[in-house]
Amino acid sequence: MNKSRKLRILIAKPGLDGHDRGARVIARAFRDAGFEVVYTGCHQTPEQIVSTAIQEDVDLIGLSILSGAHAYSFPRVIELLKENNAEDITVIGGGIFPLEDIPVLKEAGIKEIFEPGTKLHEICAWVDQNVKPRQAMVA
Amino acid sequence: MGKRQFSESALERMEKEYQEWQAEYRKALQKVPERLERFSTVSDLEVKPLYTPLDIKDKNYSEDIGFPGMYPFTRGVQSTMYRARHWTMRMFAGLGGAEDTNERFHYLINHGETGLSTAFDFPTLMGYDTESPLARGECGKCGVAIDTIDDMQRLFANINLEDVTTSMTINPPASVIWAMYIANAENEGYDRKRLGGTIQNDCLKEFIAQKTLMLPPDPSLRLVTDTVEFGTREVPRWNTISISGYHIREAGATAVQELAFTVYDGITYVEECLKRGLNVDDFAGRLSYFWNSHIDFFEEIAKMRAGRRMWARIMKERFKAKNPRSMLMRFHTQTAGCSLTAQEPYNNVVRTTTEALAAIFGGTQSLHTNSLDEVYMIPSEHAVLIALRTQQILAEEVGVTNVIDPLAGSYFVEALTDKMEEEATAYIRKLDEMGGMVAAIEKDYPQMEIADAAYHFQQQVEKGEKVIIGVNKYPSTRPELEFILRIDPELERRQVERTQQFKQKRDQVKFQRAMDELRRRCEGPPCWENNVMPALIDAVRAGATEQECCDLYRDVFGVYTDPGTF
Repeated sequence: MNKSRKLRILIAKPGLDGHDRGARVIARAFRDAGFEVVYTGCHQTPEQIVSTAIQEDVDLIGLSILSGAHAYSFPRVIELLKENNAEDITVIGGGIFPLEDIPVLKEAGIKEIFEPGTKLHEICAWVDQNVKPRQAMVA
Repeated sequence: MGKRQFSESALERMEKEYQEWQAEYRKALQKVPERLERFSTVSDLEVKPLYTPLDIKDKNYSEDIGFPGMYPFTRGVQSTMYRARHWTMRMFAGLGGAEDTNERFHYLINHGETGLSTAFDFPTLMGYDTESPLARGECGKCGVAIDTIDDMQRLFANINLEDVTTSMTINPPASVIWAMYIANAENEGYDRKRLGGTIQNDCLKEFIAQKTLMLPPDPSLRLVTDTVEFGTREVPRWNTISISGYHIREAGATAVQELAFTVYDGITYVEECLKRGLNVDDFAGRLSYFWNSHIDFFEEIAKMRAGRRMWARIMKERFKAKNPRSMLMRFHTQTAGCSLTAQEPYNNVVRTTTEALAAIFGGTQSLHTNSLDEVYMIPSEHAVLIALRTQQILAEEVGVTNVIDPLAGSYFVEALTDKMEEEATAYIRKLDEMGGMVAAIEKDYPQMEIADAAYHFQQQVEKGEKVIIGVNKYPSTRPELEFILRIDPELERRQVERTQQFKQKRDQVKFQRAMDELRRRCEGPPCWENNVMPALIDAVRAGATEQECCDLYRDVFGVYTDPGTF
């Protein structure tokens, strides 16, 4: 395990909504904070997101959604990570969610949900404290 | 440059007095300094403490400002403006299934709304039927799910389509949805020549900002041109493109960027139609615009006034339009969704009211006011009524509609209008140099300009340089609203079943023949004989679903996916 390597983060937009302002802003903030960032672009299926996460060997997936379709796509990402033995990839979410959906998403395995108004440096600090580089995949 | 408004001696005196005032101002600041290190608009355009005739001394009233309804239309597109008729109160509405949205339409009309505006759900916006695996979890969430002409019939049931004008926010599949609208209206006995409304149909801003992506830029433009050509010949009261700055602004652009990129999109559509062989004065009068009205009051008014003047000059000078109607920037406005806060949501009513007032002073032809809960979800009936009432109060109680363009002649408003035009024109020159908007999009230029502005704004918010009440000043929490709208989770299954039954019922031979003709036209060179619209109208009438038509497009023209840059 290489403790000194930079954290690798995938910012992903599941579903069909094109509201990518938040995703692109947080991707830049993570990059400026010294993380390595990959951004999927809009309109990704959970399958595409998990496949990219594994290929890019990321430590963290940040899901951004504003369409209201999180109830399907967020748990599906967790399920697919498990199926691919990659459940040690931390998953967080950002966007707008009905308040009562937040505990449901956390129950499903989303580690943290960041709501509108959260400061970028708070999210970066959370990542620093809560996400460690994954065990390197040995070929 | 025309004759100056002020004599040399008057200007000299003003200059001298201005300097005296500046000395007084500096002296006073030594006792109580300015509140901020730097005063700037929400777009971070710096503003001075005071504007005077000196700021507009080079302007000529007749040439640069003029009269309402007269070139260059700075003061409005009609001579009468709101003295004769208010703007169209057009609330963007779409939720759940077609019946749910139809019910909302009737509710709004019954409460005094004067035009319809349709919000489609994401699968519909992206050209997928509800049954597509890509549509899972999305049905009816951000708008209405429309798969077939039957859905379209239910959507507009018991609404007189020759009396009301209908706007439809639909982009890559615009031709298909418009075909469904026309076919349904004709089935109901209306005449296509008398149908009025708007399809957004602005593919360029999708690549730039909204990201409802389907086809690559060139075939997207071909389809847009097909609709303009068809509308010009067959549906003459229809606005064939709503050239939209709204989404560019929501993605984080400054007011100048919104103005510049949108006007350049307009330039591109005109060029495409001219290439098709259309005469500018035959189609340009049916191009309309769509602005965002953001939170910075004067900046928005200046942007809208500058936009009218720029478009008039571009149409006259660049495209040699002769008919004044071709030079009119008629526009719809929506208050800024991105200015609303999840915290203390009732404050959103105040934000929306201010933004609506700016749109009125900006001379809008049509207005959507956001609902206070729109920050969470599509609006509840309770919140949408407050939003509609906001427009009605501004229109009828507060007196701002009694005088045309009442802020004209304000040194600040005129100087800011000039500044908007000047900075947007610089962008337009740059886009010309880059070889046009498609080339610029391929270079990721407008996308990255907007991303830079969005990030800059976010950093200003975090440093407290830009204030959002309830968020970074007097921070508050988000309450649970009791009237929040929920979409029935069973809707998706019902909609899938309904569309499957619809497909089983149709005459398969007739359907296939219509689809073959659509394919033949798509594969042929762009021209009137290959215009997709007549074939689409036949196809949707023969039972083609939205996705079947869009899949054919994707098959013939290829697919564009988001490059995912940031």
